[in-house]
Amino acid sequence: MSEHDTGSVEEVLIKYYDGTERLAKVVDREVPYPDGKLIVSRTDPKGIITHANRAFVEMSGYTREELLGVNHYILRHPDMPAVAFKDLWDTVAQGKKWQGYVKNLRKDGSYYWVKATVIPNIRNGELVGYTSVRRKPSRSKIKESEALYATLR
Amino acid sequence: MTLNLSVSPDFPPTHLSGWFIFNTWLQRQLDTGVHLELYDSFDAQREDIRNGKIDLIYANPYDASMLVRELGFKVLVRPRNRADETVIAARADDPRNCVEDLEPGVKIATTADPDVHTMGMIMLESADLDKDNVSFQEYDSYVLVAKALLNGQADAGFFLKAGYDELSELVRNKTKSLVSSQISVVHHTLVIGPRMQEHAELLRERLLGMEEDPKGREVLKSMGLDGWDVMDEEETEFMIDLIDTLIE
Ligand SMILES: Cc1cc2nc3c(=O)[nH]c(=O)nc-3n(C[C@H](O)[C@H](O)[C@H](O)COP(=O)(O)O)c2cc1C
Repeated sequence: MSEHDTGSVEEVLIKYYDGTERLAKVVDREVPYPDGKLIVSRTDPKGIITHANRAFVEMSGYTREELLGVNHYILRHPDMPAVAFKDLWDTVAQGKKWQGYVKNLRKDGSYYWVKATVIPNIRNGELVGYTSVRRKPSRSKIKESEALYATLR
Repeated sequence: MTLNLSVSPDFPPTHLSGWFIFNTWLQRQLDTGVHLELYDSFDAQREDIRNGKIDLIYANPYDASMLVRELGFKVLVRPRNRADETVIAARADDPRNCVEDLEPGVKIATTADPDVHTMGMIMLESADLDKDNVSFQEYDSYVLVAKALLNGQADAGFFLKAGYDELSELVRNKTKSLVSSQISVVHHTLVIGPRMQEHAELLRERLLGMEEDPKGREVLKSMGLDGWDVMDEEETEFMIDLIDTLIE
């Protein structure tokens, strides 16, 4: 899909913020964002997935059962810089909306880009979780993000 | 005390009489006077909602946030199988076949419907198009949006999918869809205001029972609806959260 995809396959050790890590297969192959769809998920206040819509299940390559109850970092792609997610968490912790471009890792190792918006879910004045809604990003924004994130890793 | 019913100005005009029939049905159920107040303009309706003039409204999802979170309205029910989806269409003979084929400077025909306009703008983003590099012409109905496409006044048009599907075949065949949203969880809701809460339980029960009853079915049919489904508070909050992520 992306003109510089090589299709190369690597095993990459991904280290998460909470100290855990996993060896993940990473394939340099983009899966195009489905037209007209929104990819929706919700988490609890700690980032554990509590809801996934059909588009989310389809694009991630996991089953709904595999997604529910696990940390959202299951989708973290090693090309994403930690500062992007720090900015996400700092922003929503202040009760504000975060928006950014994210490269996500599918179960099969390939990737997809999204424009994500994350908002805190407030019920009776209390934070009960977060909702993330993703839409199709433009090629130019993907290019810009690739260049920017390469300098931040 | 007479209560006031209203309907979001985005419903197809063919169902106008259906809402009057519904209003009559409603008065019988509640045994109280209900006045149906209709609006041409979303803004005028919102102003009256804010001023507490409306007690029951068939609201578009965009207004649900204001009604529920700011004004204390509660969702009674939602229409079955009536998700609000958006279509971006062009003339059938236009060489452009997808949103990414549209370029800065395109002319877009739209309506004042906030949901459709918002979703249309979101679907243009993947082509790097936004309010600063496209021009808009606002029309009063989807039929007029289609006409603007056909007579070359616009390159692309935003339609409520239901409005697009209701165009005459003759007109629709001269257009083509560039993209159609598939969100499925954003839809209209019937919401009830604070002054009317005492009727909420009875009314919900009667609404859910409409499809079981021949008279009720007739009323539903005249409004173009299949029936009503329960919508609990968390489903409503979820829909509002989702819409919040889509608006600036
Ligand atoms: C609602 C919500 C949705 C998220 N969606 C994603 C996502 O799609 N992909 C992703 O890599 N991280 C997502 N995150 C961020 C992860 O929680 C996590 O911070 C990130 O993957 C980086 O992992 P780390 O913080 O353990 O280093 C999301 C967070 C929230 C609150």
